[in-house]
Amino acid sequence: MSVQVEHDKSTLEEVHPLSAIATGRRPDPPNAFASTMAFAHRALLRIKHVPEQMFDVTVFPIIFLLMFTYLFGGAIAGSTGEYLQFLLPGILVMTVSQITMYTGIDLNNDIRKGIFDRFRTLPIWLPSALIGALLVDVIRYSLASAIMIGLGLALGFRPEGGAIGVFGAVLVILLFSFSFSWIWTAAGIVMRSEKSLMMVSFLVIFPLTFVSNVFVDPATLPSWLQGFVNINPISILATAVRGLMHGNGTWEQIGWVFVVSAGFVVIFAPLTMYLYRKKE
Amino acid sequence: MDNEKLNRQSNGVAVEATGLVKVYGKERAVDGVDLVIPKGTVYGFLGPNGAGKTTTIRMLATLIQPDSGTASIFGHDLKTESATIKSRISLTGQYASIDEDLTGTENLILISRLMGYTTKQAKQRASELLLAFGLQDAAKRQVKKYSGGMRRRIDIAASIVVTPDLLFLDEPTTGLDPRSRNQVWDIIRALVHNGTTVLLTTQNLEEADQLADRIAVINRGKIIAEGTSSELKASVGSGTLNVQLLDASDTKRATAILERKLGTSVHIATDGLSLSMQAQDSSLVAEALGELAREKIAISDFSLGRPSLDEVFLTLTGQSADEQANVEEGGTHERAGRT
Repeated sequence: MSVQVEHDKSTLEEVHPLSAIATGRRPDPPNAFASTMAFAHRALLRIKHVPEQMFDVTVFPIIFLLMFTYLFGGAIAGSTGEYLQFLLPGILVMTVSQITMYTGIDLNNDIRKGIFDRFRTLPIWLPSALIGALLVDVIRYSLASAIMIGLGLALGFRPEGGAIGVFGAVLVILLFSFSFSWIWTAAGIVMRSEKSLMMVSFLVIFPLTFVSNVFVDPATLPSWLQGFVNINPISILATAVRGLMHGNGTWEQIGWVFVVSAGFVVIFAPLTMYLYRKKE
Repeated sequence: MDNEKLNRQSNGVAVEATGLVKVYGKERAVDGVDLVIPKGTVYGFLGPNGAGKTTTIRMLATLIQPDSGTASIFGHDLKTESATIKSRISLTGQYASIDEDLTGTENLILISRLMGYTTKQAKQRASELLLAFGLQDAAKRQVKKYSGGMRRRIDIAASIVVTPDLLFLDEPTTGLDPRSRNQVWDIIRALVHNGTTVLLTTQNLEEADQLADRIAVINRGKIIAEGTSSELKASVGSGTLNVQLLDASDTKRATAILERKLGTSVHIATDGLSLSMQAQDSSLVAEALGELAREKIAISDFSLGRPSLDEVFLTLTGQSADEQANVEEGGTHERAGRT
């Protein structure tokens, strides 16, 4: 054995500079901010290399907005122009909440490949792996919002709350979506495949977004359904967003979004990290 | 005794484990593993799929918690000091532990930043490593477009961004062509030369033979044999003798001679010319071949294969009491497992 090592040493010094293989340097582990930024950078690079994933946040919002405005407008509100005033805030909420599972899906894929194990053996503050990615998701949400609002304005959407109202509404959506994403990170660790994760998220998001006040006024619904619609987090968010965009929002409406968002983070962020550490 | 133990932990021992157990449902994936791995050595876990190699490594790398048993890495307790341990170890998993959508450079910069380098230092470290691993031409290519050997190298490069004191390599050369395999072996030797302790798993006896100072043979969660490569081989015999006859009319006589000399049964291939058998002792093989020559039996070819993992297993798991005594005389330290 020792003879082989001696022999290989001489050939290796020609092929590999040994100095690069062994540094002897050991930097201090990164702080939470530095590791979060490194993970955010990774998520940005993934968008750069897999640009198809941006389809959901660019093309879908356009299709959704056109489809629902012209399909339901005449039937529900009498005219598409009227309906757009009501629909746009809600459908913006629906579209953005439907793309909150990105980081959960990426995490699910990381687990099935080996990189999840590497991250877990690094001397870092572990939540930064998810927070970094979720921060980049916020960029996705912003992009989807910008596209949808831009198209809405072109189609005749006139927010009475002005630019400040619209801006505030988007901030509320970003806060909610960041918090809501933690459900999918927890589910992403538990689910065995991307497919089953997609199915579960669909089963949750589809009823949540449709059985809400996004498309119709809850007053038209049977009373037992109204009960659910009124406590549905999507309704709570849509109400606040509508209020902000149309300039008649209340602090109470916004306050409820903060409460619901805090609830998601308080429950699902620690649960995610617990599952993250314990995953076998 | 206690003093001596402490001394050993802080000076010479990288890994010490006692009675490690991991149970999944009814299956005892790891069933009472004891280990002592000296610093600066290569330790090989040899065993088939599902033997418990990976589970053991994942426990030692702080990824999963043992159901019972204790372990320490460089004297730090696995359960209570995992943060300290993480800063001194590194793991290269069985599957590429890197982001395949990113380029080689981007992966190494990511890991470097996560190890605490500034972005500028990380860039420098990444290009240094790419050069050292012969990957500079592929630096800007996505890892998913790499060949198997390149993937393995970038994976190991990511593991040594900061030179670890202990490196876990889970089947580092499985599925690689011989040239790539040799490159990985060279990298491992260079790391050990610089003082890193390596714990690797393999299904390949030759790999364990080439690299490992000591080898533990694992089967069904237990270490069934442990020793240096020559100790293990002595316990298994030389391997398989293959003899190719020129004339099928000699088959019967040749078979008789070989069976008498070697004491094992001969397998005759359907062509009637290719004979193979287990050979425990290479000097007996020489005698048997000499006897064939004296009897004027012409052979076109013969070979004495190394013992394959299958043979190691057959010998170690299906052995009789007599053979076990022989094994112990041969110097291999047998572990009976948990009783």
